[in-house]
Amino acid sequence: MVLLDWDGKVSEFKKKIQSIMPGEPSNLMCDTKHLPPEHSDVVIVGGGVVGLSVAFWLKKLEKRQGAIRVLVVERDHTYSKASTGLSVGGIRQQFSLPQNVQLSLFSVDFLRNINEYLAVVDGPPLDLQFNPLGYLLLASEKGAAVLETNVKMQRQEGAKISLMSPEQLQKKFPWINTEGVALASYGLENEGWFDPWSLLQGLRRKVQSMGVLFCEGEVTRFITSSNSMRNSDGEEVNLKRIHEVHVKMDNSLEYQPVECAIVVNAAGAWSGQLAELAGIGKGPPGTLEGTKLPVEPRKRFVYLWHCPQGPGLETPLVTDTSGVYFRREGLSNNYVGGRSPTEEEEPDPADLEVDHDFFQNKVWPHLAQRVPAFEALKVHSAWAGYYDYNTFDQNGVVGPHPLVVNMYFASGFSGHGLQHAPGVGRAVAEVLLGGCFQTIDMTPFLFSRFYLEEKVLEQNII
Amino acid sequence: MEFLRENVLQKQMQKVSLENRSFTIIQDKYGRDIAGACFILQHGGSVKFRDREWIRSDEYRRFSAEVLKFQAVPVEAIDASGCAINYHGLDNLLPLKKLQCLSLQRCPHVDDWCLSRLYLLADSLQELSLAGCPQISERGLACLHHLSNLRRLDISDLPGVEYPGLTQILVEEMLPNCEVVGTDWTQEGPEEQPQDPASPIHAKPAARDLGDPCGVS
Repeated sequence: MVLLDWDGKVSEFKKKIQSIMPGEPSNLMCDTKHLPPEHSDVVIVGGGVVGLSVAFWLKKLEKRQGAIRVLVVERDHTYSKASTGLSVGGIRQQFSLPQNVQLSLFSVDFLRNINEYLAVVDGPPLDLQFNPLGYLLLASEKGAAVLETNVKMQRQEGAKISLMSPEQLQKKFPWINTEGVALASYGLENEGWFDPWSLLQGLRRKVQSMGVLFCEGEVTRFITSSNSMRNSDGEEVNLKRIHEVHVKMDNSLEYQPVECAIVVNAAGAWSGQLAELAGIGKGPPGTLEGTKLPVEPRKRFVYLWHCPQGPGLETPLVTDTSGVYFRREGLSNNYVGGRSPTEEEEPDPADLEVDHDFFQNKVWPHLAQRVPAFEALKVHSAWAGYYDYNTFDQNGVVGPHPLVVNMYFASGFSGHGLQHAPGVGRAVAEVLLGGCFQTIDMTPFLFSRFYLEEKVLEQNII
Repeated sequence: MEFLRENVLQKQMQKVSLENRSFTIIQDKYGRDIAGACFILQHGGSVKFRDREWIRSDEYRRFSAEVLKFQAVPVEAIDASGCAINYHGLDNLLPLKKLQCLSLQRCPHVDDWCLSRLYLLADSLQELSLAGCPQISERGLACLHHLSNLRRLDISDLPGVEYPGLTQILVEEMLPNCEVVGTDWTQEGPEEQPQDPASPIHAKPAARDLGDPCGVS
């Protein structure tokens, strides 16, 4: 049944007739429904899991309902290249930095209680399809000491990780060839993998219900103003503020300027480009002004194969000494996996084409070596996705820029963005609303470390 | 109106939370086994201490104080069928290091996350029933591989398991020393099996349209 909004239609019609009268400004073409609003307190650039998490926490932590206007700008509503949907979906606490362990612990708590956090009246409950089977990290003689130290720290933070000798490993998982393995660490709880799309959809639905606005468009320009100040050493410092974000609409030359107070850079693999647009890194090298955001897209391949005699239902996400990783997918003895390339092997990130030779030459031999059953496998499909790779220390960049004072970063997670998104979103909301990190101290992850050359290295990158 | 409904939903969730708090006071005074027993009895379940008869509470969830006398006696079996135990409530059961039999039949809040904690009972647990639990899927069942002493496992009537026949086979392979009881799957038709493994199953995860992007509401 169609409800005829007769009065509304009549007045609209009247307006149109009026506008084509000579002398009136024509607004026949001005269908503004798809344009973003003219003002927003916060503009989040990037509508992937990290951007949406920031939006969620901003609305959740705002002091008064409706206090903050948030706009999420995403240029591709199909998310065809966004890292979120292309992710293998893993979550682990087995990191070498305490903050990363804490972020993961919080994220897993968030995922477990997802239907309390993201509940929407009349909305069906979310099923993240979480597989609680843990990660199994294998270390050679060379890496054993570091693995042990890391596990000790992870346990102190509250993660449930067990250490296994090669004998224990062989007993538990008979399908492994333990040659070359000196020590293994195994997540007993709170580790595994889940469906990133469900999380993305759930977040999107929730933040829309909280009043967050969405716009499909691309940020092409920032309008900024500068202010010179003197620091304690008497040096002149140029501080900038972004006043407007220009959002270009898809398939058109139209753009809409959005006045804003704060911009959040959650553009993932493209966050480096976005930072440049704001003038970050445009200065003499070696100065703070000349320090770029060192995040660039790195292409990673994921392969799906079938192996009828492969490891069974209990298989964790296994990471081998060679860097190769795999996990089960579904019930029919299918597996997904891949390997991070060395610097020399880095593929060209210009597109998301898959290199099948990489599997043949660089992945399969190691798979078969570690799991003899994988000698007989058949690849069914493959895809590629981007890591928003931090070339400096492979860890996220969170919090405000020291000079462009109202740009906040939430990117550079180098392959662990999905699993840290809930915690990162909360951290960014805390520092944006309250001026400092509260629950997890993310101070080491601020932008300034790039200028001060203080690396915060994450060793366990998969 | 929405506000009222949200409120009602929250109250329901709070009630379950409250019922699943940790019985730390009892634990400190009487020990973990008695605390675990009291927890189950309060939920309407039954408890069996070693060499004793089953104890259950009445329809008002009251039970005899004689429970408090079994201080040195371990809890051997628990029947928590239909009880509103959740992930946090398990805190009261997991320290029971001599627990041999556990029935969680038809427990509405026992889900895959709960199953992922059961490894803590691996040393003693021999019998486990999960029949009829609405929230369990094969992903949670996979966690049971830690239970190396399990001799009997009931996984029948699990609506959350999409392919009960195949799942049962995989669980049996995973737990070779365990008798696995499931629904009679020989009656399943071929259309209930997942796709032929030789055909491509997952292409690249298809970019999905998440609906109207311009929610300028």
